[in-house]
Amino acid sequence: MAEITYLEAIREALFEEMERDPEVFMLGEDIGKFGGAFKVTEGLLERYGESRVIDSPISEIGIVGAAAGAAHMGMRPVVEMQFIDFIANAYDMLTNYVATARYRAFLPCPMVVRGPSGGYVRGGPFHSQNPEAGFIHTPGLKVVYPSTAADAKGLMKAAIRDDDCVLFFEHKYLYRRIKGEMPAGDVVVPIGKARVAREGTDLSIITYAATVYKALEAAEQLEGEDGLSVEVIDLRSLAPLDDEAITATVKKTNRVLIVHEDTRTGGIAGELTARISESCFEWLDAPVLRVTAHDVPLPYAPSLEDYVLPQTPDIVLAARRLAAY
Amino acid sequence: MPPPDVKKGGGRATRHRAAQPPVGVSDAEGGSLTRVQRLELYYWMRLTRSLEERLVNLYRQTKVVGGLFRSLGQEADAVGSAYALGRQDVLSPLIRNLGSMLVKGATPLEILKQYMAKGDSPTRGRELNIHFGDVGDPASTRGFVGQISPLGDMVPVMAGVTLTFKMRKEARVGLVYVGDGATSTGAFHEGINFAAVQRCPLVVVIENNGYAYSTPTAKQSLVRQFADKALGYGIPGETADGNDVIATYEATKRAVDRARRGEGTSIVELMTFRRKGHAEHDNQSYVQPGEIERWAAENDPIDRYARRLVAEGVTQAELDAIDARIQAEIDTATDEAEKSGVPEPLDALVGIYADPPAEQPLWFREGRGAVVEKSERPSSWGTFDAPAKGAD
Repeated sequence: MAEITYLEAIREALFEEMERDPEVFMLGEDIGKFGGAFKVTEGLLERYGESRVIDSPISEIGIVGAAAGAAHMGMRPVVEMQFIDFIANAYDMLTNYVATARYRAFLPCPMVVRGPSGGYVRGGPFHSQNPEAGFIHTPGLKVVYPSTAADAKGLMKAAIRDDDCVLFFEHKYLYRRIKGEMPAGDVVVPIGKARVAREGTDLSIITYAATVYKALEAAEQLEGEDGLSVEVIDLRSLAPLDDEAITATVKKTNRVLIVHEDTRTGGIAGELTARISESCFEWLDAPVLRVTAHDVPLPYAPSLEDYVLPQTPDIVLAARRLAAY
Repeated sequence: MPPPDVKKGGGRATRHRAAQPPVGVSDAEGGSLTRVQRLELYYWMRLTRSLEERLVNLYRQTKVVGGLFRSLGQEADAVGSAYALGRQDVLSPLIRNLGSMLVKGATPLEILKQYMAKGDSPTRGRELNIHFGDVGDPASTRGFVGQISPLGDMVPVMAGVTLTFKMRKEARVGLVYVGDGATSTGAFHEGINFAAVQRCPLVVVIENNGYAYSTPTAKQSLVRQFADKALGYGIPGETADGNDVIATYEATKRAVDRARRGEGTSIVELMTFRRKGHAEHDNQSYVQPGEIERWAAENDPIDRYARRLVAEGVTQAELDAIDARIQAEIDTATDEAEKSGVPEPLDALVGIYADPPAEQPLWFREGRGAVVEKSERPSSWGTFDAPAKGAD
């Protein structure tokens, strides 16, 4: 079976879900004829027409709110943020309205908000963000952030079929750089399940999205140069978190490094550390360490962006310190 | 302890002298433009276009790190509207308003350094393209506020800038640019409505260039003209030919004069056409065949204005001399910009707050410089990862 890119995998999931369920429709800016800023929705308009692939005005509040209303009525809207940075505009709709709808008014919001996220692309402060932590903190929203093509497809299917709102973060650095074989058939990757990206016994790196690849790179280097056996856990889902997988790896290796591209303070590494401390304290042989971005708006110049974001040598250095503890 | 060898605080980078000629506008009401002023309008439009053409060359040489945004065919609306402002007035440009910034005193050198992400660019490599400003004490700043990417956000910000003019009883005016697309945002609506009820001395220029990225205006709004939106806010609205620099100037001047007289906020809609893609990677496949060529042939703002000037007695030799001077200025600025270095990595940690002045490097970076030896521009830079077929 031919390999397809991370981006194509997302597109395939959208096609297959629109084909399967006539209630699924797309809403977003420039997603129709243009196929979206990154061409994720390319071809959907031609196949499903303007009634199901709706080019919207520049109105994130409007389209997220409209998606909620349509979802109440039994539709399955998928909303594209042209860049995930612009989800900030819809923050009120998502956190005050959508996230509380089922709890306060017994109204379902089966909808997906998806968009290109993340840095390492010289995009500057408004085209590089990783705003997942703010939404993880909001009860009522689910958050996924895949790193492989197969997970991107399987999680998109799960997100569209989920009966609650799922925020689907797509890493734009991975869009065309990552390829993978798709499993045969209609495979849904369950939300809330992590993946062991690499087996190991000496220490665990827990991460997600683009930094999965940096962690794997570091693991290779650590094995070759230090003889360390490093396990890499790809969270895939950030809300809900897979506590079982996290506990299992901690109990196996007793040393944990958490890596994320998001900034440090209030990032998900803090939550993971707290959970590990609460549930696995006796199994730890070393303090939980973090490698994250610096607490800085993401700058444009390559020398600055590279400094702010976590890099493979940082992971190697942190893992060595952890192993030596 | 702050990181070593970095500038303290979030202060702006090296000051730059304004391009020549200086802002030649007056705060006086009405009055027709002098011959010198008419030639200045030509200069600013031509400078805008030539500077962008130089940026295209640099982009193709991968010296422009990020995307490149053109205002080809829209130079008259940016230049004519900004020219209606006085020295102490403040404007907030959008992505197609390089010309307005040049009129307000931004220099080609600053623009080039900014696009090339140089360490001594106005934002010291933090922000892209024309996203920078110079605002503060009117005696020492040029009066433009740097935009952000989310659209419409600058309207409420400029409402606040002009509210301050009103509170301090200063005879100063603000001008904010939005495109047809930004009028669909909540920020636009809330900002203009607030400015209207507060009678802020604000001119909201809506550049109607036919497309927001790929979205035609018919999918953005059903209003006949965007100036009609003024009715909903209880303020005056006017539509002018944005490719006629004099008409643009005059329509904006009427709104600026109203604002300065204490008559509040206005909308000025400038009709134009975006002859390039949203950014350089966008091939405009969504535009009707022939439409771009027709605008280029029949309604180029610089060609139109040059013909008008010649008809009014300016010689072609005079215009050619201006063109030659601009090329020399851009050559000099390019040479100087290329000499500038990239930002020092540790400067990334400076100036997030006034106090503390800098963040500490995280523990895994202590005592180390950059961890990545070499930085490459992503190979398929478009909107970061534009596919081969969408790229030019």
